[in-house]
Amino acid sequence: MAATRALVRGVRLGTYSIGRSCSLIFNRVQRRGISACIDPSIGLTDEQKEFQKVAFDFAANEMAPHMAEWDQKEMFPVEAMRKAAQLGFGGIYVNPDVGGSGLSRLDTSIIFEALSTGCVSTTAYISIHNMCAWMIDTFGNEEQREKYCPDLCSMQKFASYCLTEPGSGSDAASLITSAKLQGDHYVLNGSKAFISGGGDTDVYVVMCRTGGKGPKGISCLVVEKGTPGLSFGKKEKKVGWNSQPTRAVIFEDCAVPVTNRLGAEGEGFSIAMKGLNGGRINIASCSLGAAHASVLLARDHMCVRKQFGETLSNSQFLQFKLAEMATKLVASRLLVRQAALALQEGRPDAVSLCSMAKLFVTDECFSICNQALQIHGGYGYLKDYAVQQYVRDIRVHQILEGTNEVMRMIIARSLLTES
Amino acid sequence: MSARVLVGVKRVIDYAVKIRVRPDHTGVVTDGVKHSMNPFCEIAVEEAVRLKEKKLVKEIVAVSCGPQQVQETIRTALAMGADRGIHVEVSGKDYDALGPLQVSKIMAALAKKEEADLIILGKQAIDDDCNQTGQMTAALLDWPQGTFASELTLEGGMLKVVREIDGGLETIKIKMPAVVTADLRLNTPRYATLPNIMKAKKKKIANVKPADLGVDVTSRLEVLKVDEPPQRQAGVKVETVEDLVVKLKEAGRI
Repeated sequence: MAATRALVRGVRLGTYSIGRSCSLIFNRVQRRGISACIDPSIGLTDEQKEFQKVAFDFAANEMAPHMAEWDQKEMFPVEAMRKAAQLGFGGIYVNPDVGGSGLSRLDTSIIFEALSTGCVSTTAYISIHNMCAWMIDTFGNEEQREKYCPDLCSMQKFASYCLTEPGSGSDAASLITSAKLQGDHYVLNGSKAFISGGGDTDVYVVMCRTGGKGPKGISCLVVEKGTPGLSFGKKEKKVGWNSQPTRAVIFEDCAVPVTNRLGAEGEGFSIAMKGLNGGRINIASCSLGAAHASVLLARDHMCVRKQFGETLSNSQFLQFKLAEMATKLVASRLLVRQAALALQEGRPDAVSLCSMAKLFVTDECFSICNQALQIHGGYGYLKDYAVQQYVRDIRVHQILEGTNEVMRMIIARSLLTES
Repeated sequence: MSARVLVGVKRVIDYAVKIRVRPDHTGVVTDGVKHSMNPFCEIAVEEAVRLKEKKLVKEIVAVSCGPQQVQETIRTALAMGADRGIHVEVSGKDYDALGPLQVSKIMAALAKKEEADLIILGKQAIDDDCNQTGQMTAALLDWPQGTFASELTLEGGMLKVVREIDGGLETIKIKMPAVVTADLRLNTPRYATLPNIMKAKKKKIANVKPADLGVDVTSRLEVLKVDEPPQRQAGVKVETVEDLVVKLKEAGRI
């Protein structure tokens, strides 16, 4: 056998004849996704496989070794993210003429899925940053694009997305942060809650009320850190997503130039909704990566842990459990990728499909990670083992970017308006 | 410098995959198994790209021998910074039997055809561990060789190579054209960037057959049997040093 594979001395006899026990002697936990039936590279083009490979390698080398430390010390890994940006991950679906990589939604999903195996929290932040960069790229005018996108794509500057308020979460259109026009400035008053990256980021894409009630009165403004009147609340203590700081963003007579408005007055809500379609695919993709890593961790644990005289992999119940986890993982992956395709092709069912994908995938993947933790037994509960971090990190995916309840509202509305 | 570098890249089973021997013991299972570029070949490509960035080399040509799938490996080299690729088509039984002797004949022929000034290869492939192709290629071309390179510099038209040898490090100076084989510590290969992966799509890969190069790829070797390594046996505990010596003598070890 090859010298560099000296660590793998045993050969697993007959992977598919589960009756015999696995004679693994040493197994490096490979989150690079090499396991036939759940291989995430199945069905991809050669180019997509290349993107995926870079993302997997980056995740395994630059993120996974630090994932626990970033979580426990609540560190915002600026250097690692800037390295990712150098590879083109700062503006994956942003136009190349302002520094983006110009890839499709499906390419993006594949990349975030792979990166997520290295650290869900950091990848989720990168996806939020990407969404902000895309919004400025798509809805901004030339000056705005030139001013903000290059720095965002290179992660010279970081971005945050501000929609949610203490009084408006699911009912986003009822937001009350006001932006009153005074000469050539809007004066902002109000506060935003649960802002990812808040306080540590440089560029804030803020949805605020310039007009009357309801969605048509909302506009989108870009606010830079350091603007007088912009301040931040305390850093929230969270169950997961600890590698990104979460703070309230507070506006007190904060004057923002009218030239910072993206699109026309009243277009803000529409911009927000369009951004969220992609955001939902991205968050679902992050859940996929965590679930994939967890399935591999569970499988590897089952091949090593012995009870009642044999390895757990001989227990039919656990074999069936693993099979169910794998099946749900592949089904989830197919749904996300289909939603990504629908979005990039502008299909009429794109919004519903993105909502279905977000709903189904975040729920299923949390269940998969949770079961993987269960399979680890007591060890699964220890912070020395990665599986608990995947569980904690993806729990919030069922809540943000539109709760899974709101996803049901969107899907139901789509079904019922037809009849 | 207008130097042209030829870099050989081999498509091998990914290092993280668990190898399984085929039931008929003629080889290992390769169907449906994840493959990627040999890690030492990645290091070779990276070194070539660094030479190009230092403007010591003008063009990097990535070469691979095998069936259609090796084009993936060439594309990875292109995404890392190689300028163009050459796919030497070898398939079926010829590919199963392809070894260092045949590949070095192909590399030698290509080096002459492309007028290469430098050939950089990985020191060995992780599937066969032969560690022969670089050396054979140099011999066929009658070029100097700097194998197991952990450092490569151009000094006054000569190549200074620091080689990793059993006793430590050996520094040699060799004239170009030459063959260099990359060892682990030569560099750390870069990640391909997303823009480079997309640019790689537009770079050309030429198709060539061994016969076009005047190379006969028939093998002089026949693989008789492939087996797994023996299962590790439990050890035996002994009480005293005398017992240990007795046991070792029994086992014929001393």
